[in-house]
This record gives sequence, structure tokens and C-alpha cells, in this order.
Amino acid sequence: MANTKEVRKQIASIKSTQKITSAMEMVAASKMKKTQDTMLEGRPYSLKIKDVISHVALANSEYPHPFYEERSPKKACFIVVSSDKGLCGGLNINLFKQVIAKSAELNEKEIESCFALIGSKSSAFFKSVGGDVIAVAEKLGDKPNPDDLIGLTKVVLDMHKNGDIDQAYLCSNIFVNTMTQQPNVEQLIPLAPEEQSESNPSQWDYIYEPEAKELLDGLLTRYIESLVYQSVIENNACEQAAKMIAMKNATDNAGDLIKELELLYNNVRQAAITQELSEIVGGAAAV
Amino acid sequence: MSTMKINIVSSSEEIYSGEATMVFATGTLGELGIAPGHTPLLTGLAPGPVRVQNGSDEEAFFCSGGFLEVQPDLVTVLSDTAERAESLDESEAIKAKEIAEQELANKDTTIDYAKASAQLAEAVARLKTIQKLRKKQ
Repeated sequence: MANTKEVRKQIASIKSTQKITSAMEMVAASKMKKTQDTMLEGRPYSLKIKDVISHVALANSEYPHPFYEERSPKKACFIVVSSDKGLCGGLNINLFKQVIAKSAELNEKEIESCFALIGSKSSAFFKSVGGDVIAVAEKLGDKPNPDDLIGLTKVVLDMHKNGDIDQAYLCSNIFVNTMTQQPNVEQLIPLAPEEQSESNPSQWDYIYEPEAKELLDGLLTRYIESLVYQSVIENNACEQAAKMIAMKNATDNAGDLIKELELLYNNVRQAAITQELSEIVGGAAAV
Repeated sequence: MSTMKINIVSSSEEIYSGEATMVFATGTLGELGIAPGHTPLLTGLAPGPVRVQNGSDEEAFFCSGGFLEVQPDLVTVLSDTAERAESLDESEAIKAKEIAEQELANKDTTIDYAKASAQLAEAVARLKTIQKLRKKQ
């Protein structure tokens, strides 16, 4: 039978763990609010640039951009957005599962994969399982700067320009609500062309100042960057929400454990008293 | 007086949204004045002020470069958060590549699908166990 001292020690240690997890839960809850605000602040830009891009796609442009071009794919690049820190339940793992599944699917069609990783968790994961990693951006913090992602995006877009990759996928979690985050793998390049009604083919085109090529290159690069940035801040909001839930569960679990251990502690204590009593009674009877 | 819609956004916030009778901006090829009904135009913006006139009101915003899209009844300004130079982008790209190379020191580049799925399955199983534990209680 366990002795009381041991049980007491265990209870104390679980209690201190519980304090930590409940503090982390509160931190995550307050950060979640902030990250959600950041996510909403970023939305107007991504909506507007999407509008502009759809206008551009409708325009009868003199310069067809390579991002719209369907090539026979030989190599695809996955931009994987993960969190920097763990303790957020299955958030990253569920995403990696989808990425690996998609990559394996492409592999069967003899399309190679390479990876551009955002967040320490994804680089740790791909370090252990292998994979051709072309770029990494880590430790972006709770309020990432769009400029921190320029480098990574440029590496991917340059590879596309040089013909080293033919497709790009953006893999990140979508924030549905606090309880639900949805891992998602979305095709980034080639961009899906907008549906155009047959009866109304576009006749107009923009005036481009300066050249169409230069402008569209810049604009579409910004568009991809904004999609990547938006998914990073959305993933941040997911991370904090998932962390809050995970820490809440951990705190509850610790509470349950403490209850069980306290019961055990009382049992042990009672048993010890009973034993002592019976010894005294036995001793007295013997005299 | 006829007006058009104007939206000024940067990647981290919405700067201005409203009606305007006239918009002035500094394009990469020079000053632009845009009135409602302008023909579709797409241009780069140089760092400089964007002025929005609505009747006699005028507001000015600083824009550190970006893009300007004009539709007959709509002007969209996509502002960059910082000045962008090709050389700067290049150095950022090199940085991202370098981190990748460091991470991958002595690493093979073919992905081990079996290992990856085994690792993920283990992690998922662990999470499931925790969930089951909770349900039992």
C-alpha cells in the first residue's frame, strides 16, 4: 500500500502543474482575442486585392501571367504554416497529416514535393521525417510582420519562375470558431481563373503604367504574399484557440487526478489509523 | 456632384474607405488625378501622399508604395507596409534559404512516407488516448 507521504507529494506536484496549465489557459485566452483582432485587421487588404485580381483576370490582358499557366506538373511546393510552440492539441499534427497525404498522392502521380516551412513545429517535423525543404521562416511571434514572409514567398515564386516547381500549395489551419480549426490544403499556383460568362466576353483592358508585365508581376506577387500572410495570422488565431482548449482540458484532467489522489490519500490514512488501532487493541488484549 | 468609392488598405489594416470626388496619388510614372468615370487603370505607386477629396473636404494619407487600381466607379489603393526594394527582397529570400539549409544539415531530401505516417499516427493515438481518458471520467 502506498504511504501517505508519497501520495501527498504527488498531489502537491499535480497541483503545481495545474497552476501552470490554468495560467497558460488564461494567457492563451487573452492572446486569442488579440490574434483574432489581427486576423480581422488583415482581412480588408486580402479582400481588396482579391477584388483587384478578379478584375485583372476578367480584363482582356495583353500579357498572360505565368501564375495562371497550367504546366504538366513535375514538382510541387507545399507552403506549410504551423505554430512555433506546441501544447496546442492536434492542431499541427492534423495539418501535417493532410500535407503528407497530399504529398504521397502527388508522389504516386510522379510529382515530387518540396516544402517551404513557416513555424518551428513544421521545421522540426520535416527534420525528423526528411523532405526537400527549400525555405524556412520561424519565430514570427504573435503579431507577425508581413515583411517577415517576403523572403520565403520569394524563394517559392522564384522557383516557379525558373520552372523548378510547377505547382504550389498553401497548407494551413482555417479558423472556424474557438472550438473548431480546420486543416486545409489549397492550391496557390496555378491560380484558378475566374469563371467568365460566355455571352459577355470582356473587351476592355486596363491602361498599364508602366508595363503590364512589370505591374502584374508585382501585383500577383503581392497577392500570393497576402494569401500567405493571411493564413499565417489565421493560423496564429487557431493556435491560441487550440492552446486554450488543450490547457483547459489539462487543467480539468489535473483536477480529476487530484480528486482521485485525495481519495487514495484518505483511504491510506484511514487504513493506517485502523491498523494502529487494531494493533493497540490487540496489544491490550494480550496483556 | 458624382462620386466614386475609394478604399485604401494596407496588409495590416484598413486605412480609409469612403466616397470621393477626386483622388490624387503619386504613381511610379508621375502624379495622377483621378475623377469619377476614369477609364480602367492599373499602376504602381511611388512612396508619397494619397489625397482624397470629397467636395470641399480633403484628407491625405501617406503611402509607402504599392498599387493603384482604377475602375470607373471605384479606386483601390493597395499600400505596402514598408518600402520594397528588389535588393531587400533578395536578401530576405537568401535568409529564408539559409535557415532551411541549416535545418537540413546532414539530412536526405527524400521524404520517408512510411516514417512520417507512423509518427503522425502515434501522435494522433496519443491525443485520442487523452480524449478517451476524459470521456471515461
